[in-house]
Amino acid sequence: MPPRIFGLENEYGLIFSPNGRVYLPMEKILGYIFEGLIPNSWPSNAFLCNGARFYQDTGCHPEYSTPECDHLRDLVIHDKAGERLLEACLPMAEKRLREEGLIGEIYIFKNNTDSMGNTYGCHENYLMRRDLDFWKITEQLIPFFVTRQIFAGAGKVLKVSGRTHFFLSQRAQHIHEKTSSSTTSSRSIINTRDEPHADAEKYRRLHIIVGDSNMSELATYLKVGTTAVVLSMIEEGFTVKGMELEDPVKAIRDISRDPTLKKRVRLEDGREWTALEIQMTYWERAQAYLAALGSSADETTRDLIEYWGDVLQKLATNPMELAQELDWVIKKNVMDSFIARKNCGWDDPRVALMDLQYHDVKRNRGLYYLLERQDVVERLATEEEIQRAMTVPPQSTRAKVRGDFIKFAKEKNRSYTVDWTYLKLNGYWEETILCMDPFSSSNKRVDELIAGVAVSHR
Amino acid sequence: MSQEKKRDLKKVGRRDEASASPNPETVEKGKKMKENIDKLLDEIDEVLEENAEEFVKNYVQKGGE
Repeated sequence: MPPRIFGLENEYGLIFSPNGRVYLPMEKILGYIFEGLIPNSWPSNAFLCNGARFYQDTGCHPEYSTPECDHLRDLVIHDKAGERLLEACLPMAEKRLREEGLIGEIYIFKNNTDSMGNTYGCHENYLMRRDLDFWKITEQLIPFFVTRQIFAGAGKVLKVSGRTHFFLSQRAQHIHEKTSSSTTSSRSIINTRDEPHADAEKYRRLHIIVGDSNMSELATYLKVGTTAVVLSMIEEGFTVKGMELEDPVKAIRDISRDPTLKKRVRLEDGREWTALEIQMTYWERAQAYLAALGSSADETTRDLIEYWGDVLQKLATNPMELAQELDWVIKKNVMDSFIARKNCGWDDPRVALMDLQYHDVKRNRGLYYLLERQDVVERLATEEEIQRAMTVPPQSTRAKVRGDFIKFAKEKNRSYTVDWTYLKLNGYWEETILCMDPFSSSNKRVDELIAGVAVSHR
Repeated sequence: MSQEKKRDLKKVGRRDEASASPNPETVEKGKKMKENIDKLLDEIDEVLEENAEEFVKNYVQKGGE
């Protein structure tokens, strides 16, 4: 595959559960969390020395944007590093609250819905070429995004018309449009936000807000990896025709509602297909693309397409074989076992609690992590890699320039200004350095700046 | 990438021959997983937050992006 930059932006849910009833503005809790993360810089948003960005997003959610990655594995690791950074803030924030006489615990959930029907997102961004017809490409991507939830969905227990069901996706019921520029009102399958954070003549951004936040590393790997492969193959002319859906918004909801994966959705030409059949069509095109790439295909692309096919096969015969790999299957499997053991129904409040607690980032409390500890969950990354990514940027993209610069400025105790595409050391050496190439992991002018300051500090 | 942990991937297309009798490896894996989930469920009451209903009801966020 041609090189591509991608990233994930997770909005987290946040709640303080006091021992006793106390009203506490969310802003205050968030303030204490950020104190631990980025001393002295709250409330402005902040970039970290791993190249990532943390900020308070719409609706008072802490949001972590991974640094720009060009390797899938780096992205999976940096997405997890965001969870660990937030988890690490909890003890200090709780201590600050205690000092004010507020005893209780803070919960941070990496999910996409609350109990009232509000939603917050996990956005994916993919750098793509601007010289291609964006609308033609997105038309071919929509059926893929509608059906991707059969492996990328994080699972959701939801009460609809008086009955509680298990849904594949957290986000699917909150999607109202095919394409839109809004991220907060009429949420869409394809969002048209176009901030490439790179040379805008060459690149644009594909901004995807339809997906769930994943706990499973393998689900993240598949979600982003298959999307990148499908995007590449369509860009390279391996088009997918005839999959257009009559009503994609209805289809995404209908598919989410049926964990047996038997639901058929209507295509524009009148045929009725299952999500699996549609995914198989994309996978077959990806196989053809891979064959055409021949020996130039990298190992990740090969592994990914093989794994994708393997997962689709298992979904077709026995999804429960994936109960150690995909979030919705892991979650449903443990809930099924719980319901059988307790002899209760899907509407038991403890099942709703499990649905929430699965996404708790605190590892000695979160259900996903307790399953991981019991060896129920398969992993892609090692914990050492994740811990390292909390402070070390990906080494092959612009994030390295940014991260190393921030680390240097902090060590020298110098004030600085940083954004995705530029950086500046505040003070007498005040000069903004543009870093427009996200693929470039070094910048001569930044090196000179650092060398110059290092000398003057001697 | 070379250090990437290899998953035990089954080749697509092998299914037809395999579907007649369940793969013993898969069966063993499933059995082990069930045991581990049972272990977690043994202590699930301590693991889950108290007052499930109230905890869930109180989990209200403002809409995000």
